[in-house]
Amino acid sequence: MAGKTLFDKIWDKHVVDEIKGGPSVLYIDRHLVHEVTSPQAFAGIESRGISLFRPENTVATPDHNVPTIDQHLSIKDELSRFQVNKLTENCKKHGVTLYGLNHPYHGIVHVIGPELGITQPGLTMVCGDSHTSTHGAFGSVAFGIGTSEVEMVMATQCILQPKPKKMLISVDGELSEGVTAKDVVLYIISKISASGGTGYFIEFAGSAIRNLSMEGRMTVCNMSIESGARGGLIAPDETTLKYIKGREFAPSGADFEKAVESWKLLKSDEDAVFDLELHFDAADIEPMITYGTNPGMGAKIKAKIPTVEEIDSAARESYEKSLAYMGFEAGSPISGRKVDYVFVGSCTNGRIEDLREVAQFVKGKKKADHVTAWIVPGSKQVEKQAHKEGITEILEAAGFKLRQPGCSACLAMNDDKVPEGMLAVATSNRNFEGRQGPGSRTMLASPLTAAAAAVTGEVTDPRSLL
Amino acid sequence: MSSEKFQTIESLAVPLPIENVDTDQIIPARFLKATTREGFGENLFRDWRFDKSGAPKKDFVLNNNTYKGSILVGGKNFGSGSSREHAAWAIHDYGFKVVVSSFFADIFKNNALNNGLLPVQVSESFLLTLIRAIESNPSTLIKVDLEEQLITITDSGASESFDINPYKKECLLNGYDDIDYLLSIKEKIVEFEKSRS
Ligand code: SF4
Repeated sequence: MAGKTLFDKIWDKHVVDEIKGGPSVLYIDRHLVHEVTSPQAFAGIESRGISLFRPENTVATPDHNVPTIDQHLSIKDELSRFQVNKLTENCKKHGVTLYGLNHPYHGIVHVIGPELGITQPGLTMVCGDSHTSTHGAFGSVAFGIGTSEVEMVMATQCILQPKPKKMLISVDGELSEGVTAKDVVLYIISKISASGGTGYFIEFAGSAIRNLSMEGRMTVCNMSIESGARGGLIAPDETTLKYIKGREFAPSGADFEKAVESWKLLKSDEDAVFDLELHFDAADIEPMITYGTNPGMGAKIKAKIPTVEEIDSAARESYEKSLAYMGFEAGSPISGRKVDYVFVGSCTNGRIEDLREVAQFVKGKKKADHVTAWIVPGSKQVEKQAHKEGITEILEAAGFKLRQPGCSACLAMNDDKVPEGMLAVATSNRNFEGRQGPGSRTMLASPLTAAAAAVTGEVTDPRSLL
Repeated sequence: MSSEKFQTIESLAVPLPIENVDTDQIIPARFLKATTREGFGENLFRDWRFDKSGAPKKDFVLNNNTYKGSILVGGKNFGSGSSREHAAWAIHDYGFKVVVSSFFADIFKNNALNNGLLPVQVSESFLLTLIRAIESNPSTLIKVDLEEQLITITDSGASESFDINPYKKECLLNGYDDIDYLLSIKEKIVEFEKSRS
């Protein structure tokens, strides 16, 4: 019999039951909750007259709606305030731990999970948010669910899920200077398209992935969903253990040692069979940026936007619609376009390493006058660390201001919206039409590339300034 | 949420032959602030349907009186992006019962099935046939028979069978609810928890 993949090992251990001809009943170890996708689920269990089955395995935080300035004041937007208050109310009523606004553990749900040691290898984790895939970086099976499924987890700590197929993506070799985890994942999605991963769960492997820090791995797994995959995961190793050790909710002392024993078994067997295997060469990866309206429309920053002829004939209409929205011409160079906004933040790139990278890059430089730059830490702890390391001052000297934690301009549910027609270089994960505000135009890139755009005021290969 | 039983549908259809329709287009984030499931249909495809002042955009298909019906025929990779179930709620609330595409994003598909909205996945060539039939004659009737797993263009008789998970099919046909099912096996879940510790 062929060996098992890492994904199989974790999944199979969590199957409570199989429905004949149907999905599996999958047990969920950790459930993360935020204000947007939970109110209808809380209302659902209330109308059934039941309570949360395992409230102790659920953690909540408001992130999508929150303002990123003046967080000590009440939220101005009435509907946002109502939704955030509703979360507080629901958590209180149902005994769910909440890290609310201004709590030292507050932040974007996918930033605080790992930071607090809630995310651990071998677990199943869900959240009513597609970027739950982030947590796969620790070797857990983590994926986003809809609100009906949030209600299922609240009611029974289980969901009904068909088992996805398995894909292996390995990236081998060394990344060159100026090439980051974000470029790796944008590169992969540009190769397999925004739907190439649909139906799959991806395991990322290879020396280039192994050499990434935990935060880099999170960036990669975070965006696995943008290929259509349910999620991505990476086998735990020394880097993983080192990151977890000592965190608030991580096992400690003898328990940690015991956990490590079982975590060490979490890897795909040598003879495991994947439904699809793809291999990429790290040497071919360069700073990447998107030019269209889905994350698969990315290219090397020094390249040109593909001509219409280079696009598959069936996809041309969508391609042209996308470029028309962006106001870009097929075949034109990507670099050199004037940038109005720069956004560094989100659950993809709002961690301390991202802020360090930006700070180091802009140190001694100045932001271009016409650029509005938002630098938004992913959590309170990231913010605190940035203050401690003097990152805040470096940014200020270069003309930037560090805001307060939240999803911010990643999806513009709060006040941070890119105005209509404006072009933003963003470190977030989605460049859909209007994602950063109605009529806004988004190019996705790494924190380095975003910093370069902020300094020059145009789309710039960061390597030219290193 | 348990829903009505899904019956065979014969209806006109609305064509939206655009690839990669993501859930941010189906229902933009700024309309996700409600805390109930109702009323999202109003803002379905908001930024494609209305201009900044709130006036309907004439060239968008939902503002075009030519096309009506409870079947939405989309392009490839429908429902990609954000996991927001509000997208399925919005489409259903607007009055659609079926969405047809050659390819659905996974989470969207689950969300639709959990809300009595049937995602019908057809081949690319059949999708093209459908779109052509509807666009050349907007009074084309399309029949979707869930029991038989068959989608048919009434006039021409052209048809294709579609797949659906047998469990989900039962749920839709009978209006069953996953949560009721999970609650009914709670003892098993508790047993499972014990076996792990
Ligand atoms: S930062 Fe963006 S992608 Fe991440 S959880 Fe918030 S809105 Fe979603």
